[in-house]
Amino acid sequence: MEVKELEVPVEIGENTAHINALENEAIYILREVAAQFEKPVLLFSGGKDSITLVRLAQKAFWPAKIPFPLMHIDTGHNFPETIEFRDRLVKELGLELIVRNVQDSIDQGKVKEESGRYSSRNSLQTTTLLDAIEEFKFDACIGGARRDEEKARAKERIFSVRDDFGQWDERNQRPELFDMLNGQIELGQNVRVFPISNWTELDVWSYIKDEGIEIPSIYFAHKRKTFLRDGMIWSAEDGIVFRDEDEVVEERMVRFRTVGDMSCTAAVLSDAISIDKVVAEIRDSSISERGARIDDKRSEAAMEKRKQQGYF
Amino acid sequence: MANRIKMEVLKIATAGSVDDGKSTLIGRILYDTKSLTSDKLEAIERTSKQKGYDYLDFSLATDGLVAEREQGITIDVAHIYFSTAKKSYIIADTPGHVEYTRNMVTGASTSQAAIILIDARKGVIEQTNRHFFINNLLRIKEVVVAINKMDLVDFSEERYNEIKADFEKLMEKRDYADQKITFVPVSALKGDNVVNKSENTPWYKGETLLEHLEALDLAAVSNVGTPRFPVQYVIRPKTEEHHDFRGFAGKVYGGELSVGDEVVALPSQTRSKIKDIYVYDKKYKTASRRSSVTITLEDEINLSRGDMLVKANDLPTIEKQFTATISWMDSKPLAAGNKYVVQHGVNKVLAKVDQVHHKIAPDYSGVDAEAQSLGMNDIAEVSFRLNKPIFYDKFKNHRTNGSFILIDTQSNNTVGAGFIS
Repeated sequence: MEVKELEVPVEIGENTAHINALENEAIYILREVAAQFEKPVLLFSGGKDSITLVRLAQKAFWPAKIPFPLMHIDTGHNFPETIEFRDRLVKELGLELIVRNVQDSIDQGKVKEESGRYSSRNSLQTTTLLDAIEEFKFDACIGGARRDEEKARAKERIFSVRDDFGQWDERNQRPELFDMLNGQIELGQNVRVFPISNWTELDVWSYIKDEGIEIPSIYFAHKRKTFLRDGMIWSAEDGIVFRDEDEVVEERMVRFRTVGDMSCTAAVLSDAISIDKVVAEIRDSSISERGARIDDKRSEAAMEKRKQQGYF
Repeated sequence: MANRIKMEVLKIATAGSVDDGKSTLIGRILYDTKSLTSDKLEAIERTSKQKGYDYLDFSLATDGLVAEREQGITIDVAHIYFSTAKKSYIIADTPGHVEYTRNMVTGASTSQAAIILIDARKGVIEQTNRHFFINNLLRIKEVVVAINKMDLVDFSEERYNEIKADFEKLMEKRDYADQKITFVPVSALKGDNVVNKSENTPWYKGETLLEHLEALDLAAVSNVGTPRFPVQYVIRPKTEEHHDFRGFAGKVYGGELSVGDEVVALPSQTRSKIKDIYVYDKKYKTASRRSSVTITLEDEINLSRGDMLVKANDLPTIEKQFTATISWMDSKPLAAGNKYVVQHGVNKVLAKVDQVHHKIAPDYSGVDAEAQSLGMNDIAEVSFRLNKPIFYDKFKNHRTNGSFILIDTQSNNTVGAGFIS
């Protein structure tokens, strides 16, 4: 990589952009992970948040390579665009990618596939994730969760200790003071690390725009066969989302704000075909990002319950 | 590099007793700055109606845990984000119960400003002393005293002045004179003087709470010290292209460092000059406070994690012992002879408690010189001996290089915070 020399004296850090401050914080956190843990891994979903994490990790360790592998817990219900994107990114950056499949956990009888109209593999990911953590003896899992996403996540630490069962004891969390991160754990415990805890959805999008980071095409407005349910727009392509016969398929101009499991990720109507338009749309948006995630709507405390069980 | 919109980020800690309306105040700020999305707002409307309220219960916007919603209280620090055209804000919503002092210290430890809530009907109470004490201890530069529930005292100017006078008496006890304190009469529930000026308080000529926060100069609220660069991670790519690259990655604290600066490496006391400052593949002339950079030096010096680069004419204290104010956060008591890990920035050393000097009542009611040990939420002067020297400044001179955390060697939990005296 070529070293660019800036002609003008440039100051970095304080009093530069707000996103710069967040970037500095995230880089600091990623370096703490590399320094404090023996076997960290970056959980990669192919979504914008984990793509952002990869860029931050590149920056944190340049000119050395990112000193940990990526791992994707594949529900088998991913958008094909996301998988293609994932494989290309990993190849371009010369990173190591580990994939573990929810389908295998189902085949092994460890989890049972849900059925019916709201069936989803989203919560099944937890078992596959915990098995993979044990298989590779990972002591730190870096994730792209943000505190602004959901109110239980608002209480999450940057270094969040999980017990042998991957459980989150939300009432007994380690206090996190100053910017000092305590990564000391016992054998069997592991730490979930959230370097972009303090970023908002708009921050992530602004960063992607500023940095010119490439993201999967489903984040941009495109024509898609869809149907309506509970006031939300679902993809009728690929046959992943359960659809009743009386639910009419119609082509709509949509995009996705998150790219989780297809069965629980609804689309939004949009004509944002470029990154500039996406940023503008998010800035003006009156619906929260996870408003299109049916997994959070199961109950008021849906996220908290899943987190206690080891979900990300 | 693309031009980014210059925006500032201000971290604010909140402190108030149970029922002072802290969550309601935050919810009100979110509502009046149009930061609540329609689905969140609908959820609040729905739940408020279910509970039979004739107003919107904004506390539902922030109380995230099931137990909190059940009991209607805040247990753990929650972080809330919103932004205006001028600034980005992060509010640490910290619980106000006596037993949760540790959360208040935690929330305040990363904040530059604080809001202390007072219930206009109750006035300055014992809890207020504690909230103010903690903001003092942590040297929070900007404190806003929001006198809330003014609607329940008929927006009385007299009552407001009475509370203000009581609080000013409290201010005489603080040891941190640089702290700026501003009073605002508000009603979080009804929205008076939170974001919008109230017609109910024609006697109040000052800014609304948000106007005040918007006007704060971020450079002025930061505690500036001298530059300290603890080495976080050593980058040695050993690739063909960067064969001899040896970069010291870390965050700059206190002041700024520039290319050409003469620096001293601690503990070896070896001198060198800063050759380059990198962020990713770009070189910079100067790295200012809080920037995460990679520094290369003119000379080949062996530095590892926990070592520190400082300017040659500006050394910190290098000692194997220190005395600090400790905020204790564990149910297992701290006592003389106990061993802990001191995490000072990214540096870890083993420490033994030498002596508990005296406990400090967090409500300014005095000290207990007889105290032998510290229980949960206690604050005390404690001296430590270390197994190797650390490079520190006094907390009052350097908020980052003067602070540390204590880690229990058995449970690995963070059990205390320290401020070096």
